[in-house]
Amino acid sequence: MNELNEVRKPPVATTGIIGWLRINLFFNWTNSLITLFVIYCLYQFIPWILDWTIFSADFKYNYLGEQITNQEMCSRNLDPENGGACWAVIYVRFYQFIYGFYPKVEVWRVNLAYVMLAFALLPLLYAKLPYRKYFLYFTYIFPVIAYFLLNGGLGFTEVSTNKWGGLLVTLVLGCTGIALAFPIGIMLALGRRSKLPVISMMCTLFIEFIRGVPLITLLFFGMVMLPLFLPEGIDMDGLVRVLVAVTLFQSAYMAEVIRGGLQAIPPGQYEAAKSLGMSYWRMNLLIILPQAIRISIPPIVNTSIGLFKDTTLVIIVGILDLLGIGRGTLADTNWLGLSYEIYFFVSLVFFIFTFGMSRYSLYLEKKLKTGINMGAD
Amino acid sequence: MRSNLGFFSDEKFRSIFFQTLVVGLFALGLFFVISTTSYNLEKRNIATGWSFLQNPAGFDISFSPFLEFKSTDTHLKVYFVGVLNTLLVSITGCIAATILGFILGIVRLSSNWLLSRLVYIYVEFSRNVPLLLQIILWYSILIQLPRVKQSLQVLDVFYISNRGLYSPRPIFESGFSYVLIAIVLALISSFLINRWAKKRQDKTGQQFPVFSSSIGLIFIVPLILFFILGSPLSFEHPELKGFNFKGGLVIRPEFIAMFLALSIYTAAFISEIVRAGIMSVSKGQREASAAIGLKQTWIMRLIIIPQALRVIVPPLTSQYLNLTKNSSLGIAVGYADLVHGFGGISLNQTGQAIECMAIVMATYLSISLTISFFMNIYNRSIQFKEK
Repeated sequence: MNELNEVRKPPVATTGIIGWLRINLFFNWTNSLITLFVIYCLYQFIPWILDWTIFSADFKYNYLGEQITNQEMCSRNLDPENGGACWAVIYVRFYQFIYGFYPKVEVWRVNLAYVMLAFALLPLLYAKLPYRKYFLYFTYIFPVIAYFLLNGGLGFTEVSTNKWGGLLVTLVLGCTGIALAFPIGIMLALGRRSKLPVISMMCTLFIEFIRGVPLITLLFFGMVMLPLFLPEGIDMDGLVRVLVAVTLFQSAYMAEVIRGGLQAIPPGQYEAAKSLGMSYWRMNLLIILPQAIRISIPPIVNTSIGLFKDTTLVIIVGILDLLGIGRGTLADTNWLGLSYEIYFFVSLVFFIFTFGMSRYSLYLEKKLKTGINMGAD
Repeated sequence: MRSNLGFFSDEKFRSIFFQTLVVGLFALGLFFVISTTSYNLEKRNIATGWSFLQNPAGFDISFSPFLEFKSTDTHLKVYFVGVLNTLLVSITGCIAATILGFILGIVRLSSNWLLSRLVYIYVEFSRNVPLLLQIILWYSILIQLPRVKQSLQVLDVFYISNRGLYSPRPIFESGFSYVLIAIVLALISSFLINRWAKKRQDKTGQQFPVFSSSIGLIFIVPLILFFILGSPLSFEHPELKGFNFKGGLVIRPEFIAMFLALSIYTAAFISEIVRAGIMSVSKGQREASAAIGLKQTWIMRLIIIPQALRVIVPPLTSQYLNLTKNSSLGIAVGYADLVHGFGGISLNQTGQAIECMAIVMATYLSISLTISFFMNIYNRSIQFKEK
C-alpha cells in the first residue's frame, strides 16, 4: 500500500513564462550553455552600441554646448575619451540628403510631390480604402503631375535634373523604374508565352540577355552607348539615360515573375474564355492577367525591393542618390572621417523602406493564401 | 457569315502577317541605329574594330594575383586579368556564402529561441541594406586599419594593415609536382572507392569505411610522399622594408571588402533558402527515421538533407548567378575586375565603348550560362530517380 501512497512529483511546467524559458532557452545542457554565451555577448555589445549611437553621441551640440559645424567640433574629435557618434553631420546636411541641390525656394514642390506620392500609393497598397476608385484616378495622373511639379513647365520654373539628389533621386528612380517596368514586363511575359515563334524568340532573347548581365553594364550602356545610337541634336538627360537602363533591367525581371503567374493559371480559364469567343487581347486583359497578376503580387514586391536597393548603383555613373550624397559629404574636408555615421544613416533609410516593403509582401502573401482557400471552398 | 476581312481572320495568315511586321520593324530600327551610330562615331573620331586590343594599356593594375601585369601590357591582357579577378572573387564568395548560409539556415531552425532570433536579425539587416553600401562600408573599415608600420601581427606570420593582409607566399620546388599528381590520383581513387562501396552496400548490405579511407588516401599518402621527396615547399615571408612590405603574398583590402560583403550579403539569402528547404521536408520523415532507430546525425545526413536539397538547389543557382553579377560592383572600391579594369579604364582610354561593353556583356553572359549549365547537371543528379 505504501508504494501507492507515494507522492509523485508534478510534471515539469511547459506553460507560462517559466515553461517557455525552459523549452526555448534551457532545454538541455548545451542549449543552456549557448543561451548563456549569447546573453554574455549581447551584454558586452548592446551597452557599447547604445552608448555610441545615443548616450555619448552629439546630435546638434557637442559636450561643450557649442553647435557643431564641422568634424573638428565633434565631441569625439575634441576628446577621444568622451563622445560617440557625431550625428550633427546628418543634421547639417539633412536638406541635401532629402532634396539634393534642389533650390530652396522651390523645395515646396518636392514636398508636395512626396505627399502626393503617398496619396497615389495608398489605393495600390490598401484595397479596402473608401472611395478607392477616385484615389486610383489620382494615381493614374500622378506621374504627369509629378513630372511638371519636379521638372518644371506649366508655369513652374525649370529645375534641371543635375540639381536633383538624395532621397529624391532614389525615389524617382525606384518609383519610375517599377511603374514603367510593370506594363513592359507584362508585354514581355505575354510575348514569351506567345504562339508566334518569332515574337516568343525575341522576347526570350531579350529577357535572358538582360538577366544574364549585371545592372552596372546596362548603366554603362545607357551612359556611354545610348548617346551614340541617337541622331544628332537629341540630347538625353543623364537621369533619363539611367532610367532607361533601370527600366530595361527591371522589366526583364518583372516579365519572369509575371510569367510565373501566367503559368499558374489553369488551362481551363483559357479554354473557357476562348469558347466565349473572346479575342486574344480581351481574354488576356479580362480573364487571364487579373488572376495572374493577383497571384504574382508578392514576388513583384520582392523584385521591386531588389530594384530599390539596386538604384544605389547609379552613383557609379555619377548620379547623386542618397548614397551619393553621403559619399559627397565624406569627401568634404569639413566632414572627413565621419563615414560610420553617414553610412549608418543611409543604411537606416534604406532599411526602413525595404523592410517595410518586405513586411507588406508577407502580409499580402498571407492575405492571398486565405483568399485562394476561400475560393476553393 | 464571312466579313470582308475574311483572309484577315485566318489565323495562319494573321500570324505570318504580324511576325513579318515585327521583323520588319526590328530590322528598320536596327538599320537606323547602325547608321546613326556609324555617323556619330565618324564625327567624334572614334576608331572601330578590334585592333585596340593589341595596344599597350598604359596603366597599372594593383591586384593581379595570377598574371604578372605591367603598364606596357595590352588591353587584351587587361581583359584576362579582369576575368580572372571576377572569377576569383565570385568563386571564393560562392563557397564562403554557401558554407555560412547553410550554417545560419540550420542555426535559424535551432530550438534555442535566442540564437534563432539573432540569426533572424542578421538576415533582415543584411538583406535589406543595399549591397553596394555594404561593400563601401567594409572597405571604409578596412582602410581605417593601422598603417603598415604599426600593422597588426597575427601568429607571427600574418600582417594586417590598411594596405591589406600580408601572408607568407608558398614556393613550390621541383619535386612538388609529384605531390600534386599524388593528390589528384588520391581524389580519383577515393571517388572510385565510394562508387564501389555504394554498389556493394546495395547488393550485400555490407558497409565500407569510405570516409576514413578517403581521408587517409587524400591526406596521408601525399604527405608521406612530401617528406620522402624532402619537403619540396618553402615559404617566402613578407618583410618590412621602408614604407611597405617586400615579398610574401598580399591580399588587397579591395578584394577582402568585396569578398566579405558579397559572401555575407548572399549568405543571408542562402540561409533563408536552406531554412525553407529543410522545413519543406515533412515531419513524418524525421519521425519515421527516428522510429527505425537512426542516429540524430544520420537522420540529418541520410534523410533530411537529400530531400531538402531538391528544394534548395534551384534557388541556390540563382543566388550564385546573382553573386557573380554583383561582383561587378568592385568598381566602387577599385577592385580590378572585368567591369572596372576592361569596361572602365580601358574603355575610357580607347573610347571604344561599343566594343568594350560588347565584350564585357558577352563574358558575363557566358559565365552565367556556364554556372546554369553545371548547376542544372547537379540538380538533375539529386532529383528523384525512379527505378
